[in-house]
Order: sequence, then C-alpha cells, then structure tokens
Amino acid sequence: MSEARVTRDGLAGVHPGREARFGNGLDDGRRPRERRMVPGAEFTSYYGRPVLKVPSWAARDIAGYMFLGGLAGAGSALAAAAQLTGRPATARALKLSSLGAISLSTAALVNDLGRPARFLNMLRVAKPTSPMSVGSWLLAGYGPAAGLAAASAATGLLPRVGTAATLAAAGLGPAVATYTGVLLADTAVPSWHEAHRELPHPFAASAATAAAGMALLAGPRRENGPARGVAALAAGAEALALRSLLTSAGHAAEPYRTGRPGRLLTTAKRLAFLGTAGATLLAGRNRAAAAVSGATLLAASAATRFAVFHAGIASARDPKYTVLPQRLRLRAEGGAPPATA
Amino acid sequence: MTTEETTGQQPPRVGFFTDTSVCIGCKACEVACKEWNLVPEDGLTLTGMSYDNTAALGASTWRHVAFVEQTKPLGGQQAHQPHADLDVLALAARGSATPVDEAAITPTTPGPPTADGRTELRWLMASDVCKHCTEAACLDVCPTGALFRTEFGSVVVQQDVCNGCGYCVPACPFGVIEQREGDGRAFKCTLCYDRLGAGQEPACAKSCPTESIQFGPLDELRERAERRVAQLREGGVPDARLYGADPDDGVGGGGAFFLLLDEPEVYGLPPDPRVTTRDLPTMWRHAALAALTLLGGIAAAHRVFGRKR
Repeated sequence: MSEARVTRDGLAGVHPGREARFGNGLDDGRRPRERRMVPGAEFTSYYGRPVLKVPSWAARDIAGYMFLGGLAGAGSALAAAAQLTGRPATARALKLSSLGAISLSTAALVNDLGRPARFLNMLRVAKPTSPMSVGSWLLAGYGPAAGLAAASAATGLLPRVGTAATLAAAGLGPAVATYTGVLLADTAVPSWHEAHRELPHPFAASAATAAAGMALLAGPRRENGPARGVAALAAGAEALALRSLLTSAGHAAEPYRTGRPGRLLTTAKRLAFLGTAGATLLAGRNRAAAAVSGATLLAASAATRFAVFHAGIASARDPKYTVLPQRLRLRAEGGAPPATA
Repeated sequence: MTTEETTGQQPPRVGFFTDTSVCIGCKACEVACKEWNLVPEDGLTLTGMSYDNTAALGASTWRHVAFVEQTKPLGGQQAHQPHADLDVLALAARGSATPVDEAAITPTTPGPPTADGRTELRWLMASDVCKHCTEAACLDVCPTGALFRTEFGSVVVQQDVCNGCGYCVPACPFGVIEQREGDGRAFKCTLCYDRLGAGQEPACAKSCPTESIQFGPLDELRERAERRVAQLREGGVPDARLYGADPDDGVGGGGAFFLLLDEPEVYGLPPDPRVTTRDLPTMWRHAALAALTLLGGIAAAHRVFGRKR
C-alpha cells in the first residue's frame, strides 16, 4: 500500500504521512521546553492497566511446589545429618517425607504446564540462563537420589547405595530448596525481582523451618535435639532474611505488607514464633508437643511461600510497582527520560 | 544468543520503526495481523478506554493500538499565544490556495482555551508490538528451547516444542507474551517469520496506510528515526522521543522501536525496562550462598544441639 511509483508525470503514490508535521512547524521549536517533573509517589499508566502480564501459575501448584521442594531438599540434608550422627529413625522418616514431597511437587509442576504431556521437553536442552531449566535438571538428579535413599531406608536393602544416595540427595537438596528463589527473582515481577539478591535466603531458611518441623513431627522425641536447634536457627534466620528482603525491595515491598500476602506473612511470622517456642521449650519433653510444634513450623513455611507468591502476583497486577521504581531509577541515573535523539 | 558473524548469506537484522506521530488509529495493523497469522478472536468487549477495545497485547493480540486522550495542546500549536502580529485578513485572502505547509489553520489546529482554561483534546495513538529485544528475557528463560532467535534477529516461539510452562510470561518486561487460554502454549508476534522468508514485509507494516509502521533493516530504521525526531523537535514538538532504539538500554535495544510523543508509561510501556537475566549471575551466587548456609546451619545445629543427654 505504501510503494511510490515513478510515472511519466513524476512520482505517484507518495504518502506525505511519514513527514507529516505538527502545527505546520510554525514556531521553529523556539517554544520553551516543557518538562513535566514526576513528583515522588505519582505515576502515570495506561488506564491503570498492568504493564506486565501476570503469570498464569496456580498458587496451589507453584507456591505449593516451592514449599514442598524446600521441605524435600532441606529434609534430605537433615536426614543425612541425622544418619551421620546416629539418629536412624529421624533419618528414615525424613527420607520418606522428602520422597513424598518431591513426588507431589513434581506432580504439581507437571499439572501446571499448559501442555502436561510435553513435560519431558524440559530436558530437551540445558540452559544456565533459565532457572527453570536448571531446576528441571536439579530435580532430574535429586528425585532419583531421594527415591533411592528412601527405598533403601524403608526396605533395608542395598545399604551402601542407600548411603550414597542419601549423601547425593543431601548435596543437591539445598540447591532444590533455594533455586526457586532465583526462579521467581529472574522475572520482571517487581516484588520478586527488586529483591533478587535477598529472595534465595528466606527460601533457604523457610525450607529449613519446614524440614525441622517434619523432623519434630515424624521423628522420635529422643532424637529431636538437633531438629529443635535447626527450628530455632531457621525461624530466626527467616525473620531476618524477610526483613532485609522488605528493606531492599523499596516500593515493591508494599505488596508484602498489604492484602492477602500481608496477612499470610503475618500468619507465617506468628506460626513460626509459636512453633519455635514449642520446639525449644516443650518438644524435648513431650512427644505430642513436638508433633504440634512441628506441624506449626510446616504451616509457617508454607505460609511464607504463599505470601511471597501472592505478593509477586499483586505487584504484577498494579502498574505502580512497575512504573514507579523504573522512573525513580531513571531519575537517580541522571534525571532526563530516555529522549535519545 | 546473538547472530553469528555475517557470512554473506546472513540477512540483515530487520525490525519495525513505529512512528506514532503519524498513526491515525485505524487498526488496520491489528486486523492484518489477525488475518495473516490466523490469530483467534479473544473477546469482543467494550473497555471504555477511548477507541481502544483491544486493551493490551496478548496471546491472541500481536498488534495493539493504544488511544490516549489528553487535555494537552499538540506540540507546536500556539493557541495560548497572542497572534497580534499576524495579519489574518492577508492569510484569508490567500484562501484555499495556501500550500498545506504554510497554512496557519488546519483541521487539527485547536481552538483557543475555554473560559476555565481548558484546551482541546489531544489524541495520541500508537500501535504496540513485541519488541524482539536484543537481549530477550523470554528467550533466555525458556526451559525447552521453544523460543529461538531467527536469522532475521527476531524472537519466535516454536509451537511444536512449547510445553506451556508459562515462564516467559512474567519474564517479559513489556508484558507481551502470554499463554493462550484453552491451548496452554505461549504465543506472540513472530515478525511474520513466514512472510520474511518469502521476501515479504510483515502484514501490519504492509497494511499501514500512513507508514506509521515502517519495516526494514534495523540500522536503516534507526537512522530514519533519528532524522524524524530531529524534524519533529525542530517543528516544535519537544516531547518527541525514541523508545527502544538505544542499543545500550536495559534490553540491548529493541528490534521494534517507537517514536513517542509522551512518556512511555502513558502508552502502557515500561519507562526503563531491563532484562532480568543480567542479574542472574548475582542471583545464582546468592542461591549458592543460601544453600551452603542451609547445609552449614544444619551441620552446626547437630554439633551444638546434637550431644546425647
């Protein structure tokens, strides 16, 4: 539609559109430049619509996967430690829970795919630039190791293979527990990316909280000393890590404090406090108290993951969290908007 | 990630320069794109957003014309200034024979401000599209390799490989790519990969009646865009600016870039988009540190609290 033709009478079909002028260039650009300064917390958007696309991930599948993956990964590390320090019953219980958790979480992941039948395409390439590819390969290594460790512990067969698998799972487990922080942070979602340095740390702590909770819930009382220590350490570390996450996220920290994610995070903190108190004060004396404390810690860990997940979704839905930090960054870097000429 | 050394057979990197200053909001690009690429219908709703009932780019919308209504005068129009030195009678005497370039009043010239100081509406229209970033986050994070960079420098999804993990969706800093409901896979603009292969320009550029959408080798488009911005600024439109044309920006420059007449966020574009994979080494380091801390913490707990009582 836009091609000009050379005819005997000159050019035909030339569109002046491309060169169209505004106001016919009457004032030669001598008009004073009007630069609107964007004040503090004001921002513009297109009819309030989000700039980003909100991921279509289901909370149950993805936040659930992050919780279960953390439980499994940290559980494997705790199981190995329990086995090496002569706590076989706790070790066996944790190996079984890790296998259960990783199986469930893998099922959740496959279920969340738009084309579940193509889940094996995840292993079609290995891409370090894709946290999901790295995670798929981690799971491909960790899953069988956790399975072997659990099978050997449950049946008593092949003890050497079982020990090797236990150690392998313990080595890969912490990576399974923390890579999900990178998975979320490597997106344009403000509440996840603005805290990309901090996000893996509360994930590690939350995973340890869950694993300690599982050890208290499923392990015998006489073996639960270290688990109680891990619970206290992890809950403390989680509180600190979350605080630094909120500090560094700037404007994008707001979704963590408001609405559903805010309520979830408050719940998580309270549960973690109660669980830790129960674990340190009562769990050494009373089996039932240990189980209740353990379940509380598990719930705290799950609430943290769901809070982080929902905060990200909320931040992607509101253009404010996309536009404002970028605007402030531009201003900090030299003020003028990118009006390259 | 980037294309290999130019071998002679390697076609130049191509893209779009969308000059929104001449967009008339006809939506021919939207229609041509849907028709050519057989993109399904995705809702016939009225949004109340000016003439924009398309709403946003998405799985089934690969071109989207934004309509922005502002009570700002157009650049260069001087309704607010005194015209005492202008001989209106002499202008009138020249009548309709006045060449358009010299005419002081055109159908788009706004009237004087009303008593309460309002000026006429200004209407911005802009056809948005996938930016085909030089550093494309969607391509970086795709775990299956379904997204790839073509010989033309564009970014395309292989629909027979995509397993619908949806990771590219939140990765895109522009909110372009999306999973199609009922299908599950991710879809976006292909820069008409099939047409490029046959030596044709993309359907949207072909259909654009004002050449607001210009297709061609990226180097050439960038030069043309620089000239156009200079021309507009000279003509009294100081707000004219290029968006996505700078190879040093957060995504390494877009394969599709724009000439805008206001801040990018006014059109629904992020003001300073960044490809998040640039921070990935830092993130991996922190994840490794967190994992080691986890192991260390568990070991320490067993050492301190693990003594038999």
